[in-house]
Amino acid sequence: MSPHASNLGIEMVNLLGAFLLLLAFAMLAARRTLSLIRFFAMQGFFLSASIFIVAFLSGETNLYYSALFTFALKVILLPYILKELTLRLDIQRDIETLVNVPVTMILGIGIVVFSFSLAAPISEAASTVTRSLIGVGLACVLLSFLAMITRKKAMTQIIGFLAMENGLLFSATNATYGMPMVVELGIALDVLIGSIIFGIFFFQIRETFESLDLKFFEKLKEE
Amino acid sequence: MLVFFVLGVPIFSSAVMAFTGHRRWASHLNAFLTLGTFSASLVLALEVLRTGPILAWGETFYVDSFNVFLVSLTAFVGFTTALFSGPYMRIEEEKGRVGARILRLYHSAYQIFLFTMLLALLSNNLGILWVSLEGATLATVLLVSLYRTRASIEAAWKYFILCGVGIAQALFGTILLYFAAEKILGSGGTALLWTHLFQIRFQLEPTVLKIAFVFLLVGYGTKVGLVPLHNWLPDAHAEGPTPISAVLSGLLLNVALYALVRGKILVDGALQSNLASHLMIGFGLLSMVVAVFSMIRRKDVKRLFAYSSIEHMGIATFAFGLGGPLATFAALLHMTVHSLTKSSIFFSVGHAAQIAGTQQMEQIRGLMKRVPRLGWGLVLGAFAILGMPPFGVFASEFLVLTMAMKEAAWATPILLLCLAVAFGVIFFRVQNMVLGDASPDRLSHPPALFPVFVHLGLVLLLGVFLPPFLAHWYQQAALFIG
Amino acid sequence: MIPILFRSLGELFQALLVIFAAPLFLGWINTWRAWLGNRKAAGVLQPYRDLVKLMNKEAVLAYGASPLFRLAPYVVFGSMGLAAGLVPTVSTDLPFGPAADAIALVGIFALARVFMALGAMDIGTPFGDIGARREMMIAFLAEPATMMVLFTASLISHSTSLSTIAETLGTHHFTLYPSLVFATTSFFLIILAENARIPIDNPGTHLELTMIHEAMLLEYSGRHLALMEWGSAVKLLVYFSIGISFFIPWGITPVLSKEEVLKAFVLLFLKLALLGPLLAVLESLLAKLRLFRAPEFLAAAYLLAVIAFLSHFILEV
Repeated sequence: MSPHASNLGIEMVNLLGAFLLLLAFAMLAARRTLSLIRFFAMQGFFLSASIFIVAFLSGETNLYYSALFTFALKVILLPYILKELTLRLDIQRDIETLVNVPVTMILGIGIVVFSFSLAAPISEAASTVTRSLIGVGLACVLLSFLAMITRKKAMTQIIGFLAMENGLLFSATNATYGMPMVVELGIALDVLIGSIIFGIFFFQIRETFESLDLKFFEKLKEE
Repeated sequence: MLVFFVLGVPIFSSAVMAFTGHRRWASHLNAFLTLGTFSASLVLALEVLRTGPILAWGETFYVDSFNVFLVSLTAFVGFTTALFSGPYMRIEEEKGRVGARILRLYHSAYQIFLFTMLLALLSNNLGILWVSLEGATLATVLLVSLYRTRASIEAAWKYFILCGVGIAQALFGTILLYFAAEKILGSGGTALLWTHLFQIRFQLEPTVLKIAFVFLLVGYGTKVGLVPLHNWLPDAHAEGPTPISAVLSGLLLNVALYALVRGKILVDGALQSNLASHLMIGFGLLSMVVAVFSMIRRKDVKRLFAYSSIEHMGIATFAFGLGGPLATFAALLHMTVHSLTKSSIFFSVGHAAQIAGTQQMEQIRGLMKRVPRLGWGLVLGAFAILGMPPFGVFASEFLVLTMAMKEAAWATPILLLCLAVAFGVIFFRVQNMVLGDASPDRLSHPPALFPVFVHLGLVLLLGVFLPPFLAHWYQQAALFIG
Repeated sequence: MIPILFRSLGELFQALLVIFAAPLFLGWINTWRAWLGNRKAAGVLQPYRDLVKLMNKEAVLAYGASPLFRLAPYVVFGSMGLAAGLVPTVSTDLPFGPAADAIALVGIFALARVFMALGAMDIGTPFGDIGARREMMIAFLAEPATMMVLFTASLISHSTSLSTIAETLGTHHFTLYPSLVFATTSFFLIILAENARIPIDNPGTHLELTMIHEAMLLEYSGRHLALMEWGSAVKLLVYFSIGISFFIPWGITPVLSKEEVLKAFVLLFLKLALLGPLLAVLESLLAKLRLFRAPEFLAAAYLLAVIAFLSHFILEV
């Protein structure tokens, strides 16, 4: 591989990382459940593309599987399930936020600055070609976290949760060329089972509260 | 091979229970199967006692003096809770709160929960440790919402989301750990194996480890129930069925703390400073203070004791933070006795709530007159958890206090204050519940008192006489935890 | 060496090119909008016809209009013309370039805007007033985003001069800059907001409750209106030229040789010919936002610009 081609590869991964971050923000600002799911699927796509390129650059065969697996799970399976659930439970209406969108955005920018500065010393110690992206991964994780705490709908919280996992996987890939295969499989299994349980939960909540809006969740506010 | 039994029995049982969990005899079978797990773990413990730390299945599993007693404790409490859950769930079934399908789910998930706990403890791989702790959340989340009431679904959701978010942070910490280790051990499987990490802990990059530990603390700390990430804990304990409250308090919190301490050992090695200790001391104290003052206004009995769990986890975290062989010894002892005592208390409280038909403390009255032995069980359990002299909690708390006076004198008044407030609140509440006038009452089935008194007996035993092999394990573990 | 006079003539030519091509560009966009809306287009030359028609009409002044009202169209058009001369469209060899960098350019736009708003408020009709206020709100939100975009571009080329930025990025071997990708997206949103396009404003209607830009022009007529409209068209083209010179600068030549200039000219023409339909497609797909959503739209632009700015530091240093 010529050095120029590998440079281009690194630039591509950087760009995809930036897209990942952008989509994290888009999810923070999304107003409709279906567009949120679309953003999530796109994020999964960029994630698997970036893993694929890192696999190509580093020659780690494990990562090809990981990319393939991510694609199957995050781009096809989970968005499909989420979309089905949304349609079946009829919850594609506007998502209400606790904090208004511009304020969330400003908080988001603060988070990005924070994660970049936190990750800077880690990046210096890294030996991988794409080490500067650890900060991006961390920022994605924290932004998804922010999305979870500013939203009050069950579906948005779940998507935030899954997006958080995207950020983690992205950091793992770029910091270390992926975790050992056993662990990655274990994580994927957890995510899968978790999603199934979410699904069950949706029906339980729906049955009991006749809504998936968590603002009805007030009973447990300390007796 | 032994490890295979310890892990294989629960997996097998969960499959069996998925089909037969609703039968009359299912609860007996459940108890019998957990007895199998417990026996296997005892044999494993004997093996470790005889030969020292064991590596099994290549380097997949690792049993040392730190986790061996936790494995036996987990299997033991799993067994006694299964004994308790038989009569308890029978009564619930007769009240019409659970049906056949739910019972199958309950028994099967219970075994999976045990499996994930044991896997987390036995695994040599810190990645698998994370995976199985997350698995434990997933296994219990549907159990918390077992009754399908509004409150229980809300509690389960909160448990799910908070622990999910928290444990995601722990994964980030694990990634950073792997990242630091990979540079020394090379990529591939070995860089997350505890046995290897322990060897090279002095060479790990300090800056990375520092950040990694903060993430691990946030992540596993959520599961330990450390303030300010404790919100899920009282809800999940109060709204789920009581056997689940007992295992959450008695086992899950311990295992999460175990994961955190494994992280601390590595960070201490890499950093050669007290960062991890200071953080743990701070969070431990904060948890104690917030927990005891939250107890004051509680009305729900299970919630009260859930806060007490937070308090005791705070004590153990604090003691680990103090460091040094003695404080660590005290922390390990405290984990053991708290686990036994708290599950025993939940057993009594569960039956008490069944008799009264409510978990509101104001409406639970005259337990001594209604079911005298249950009343005594609760009183003795409360005495034990409050650290009254003959019981084991006294020994461990006394040790922690002594060490605190020596290492961090400024913290002793806070500790004493917390213990005093907890004493006042719990003593007063329990007194009101057990005393008072009432006519003798009967549950539709005899309550499971055997587990209550076995646990209390063990705690008493640990208070007056610590078996030498256990003391030996504690000392060994305390030495390398430092 | 090319004498300074010749180079100055080159710059003047560029300015005139932008000024006179602006209605054509607008006509091109309108044609596409009509086609996409399944209507018959009025032809790409329609804006010229409109301008000629307005120029020949008498300018009516409202009762009580102050000299400011009459002055505003000239200031607006003048500023736009000045801006047109400062942006490298065909060549980066601009002798007056050093006099005004990207920040000064933002200032020139602000000057035009202030006069437009003052002119609108001068008569004292409620619509003019509302339009002015809304315009100022949008402007005040868009400006920080614009600045951030310009800063990001100047971080890469280490200069705030437009010519230098275009030259650095255009001659440099191809590199993917994540920051520039974000800056481009952000700048596109700014173009929509600043030029009163959908989804912020609808250039095609005079609906009282929603209009922004049109509301400010209601009292103008004849040559005043022509200058205002023409000024807006120039502004749109200038914004596109800035975008082109930052983000797709290939072809803009640093030397004034015949072939290079011809090539640059053809490339510019092609780029604009493609960008026009793109804008039209986007406008046809989007719906106009409620006015109170406009801050969110611009916050998104600002956010993108900030991410661009930050990702320069984390990913490209």
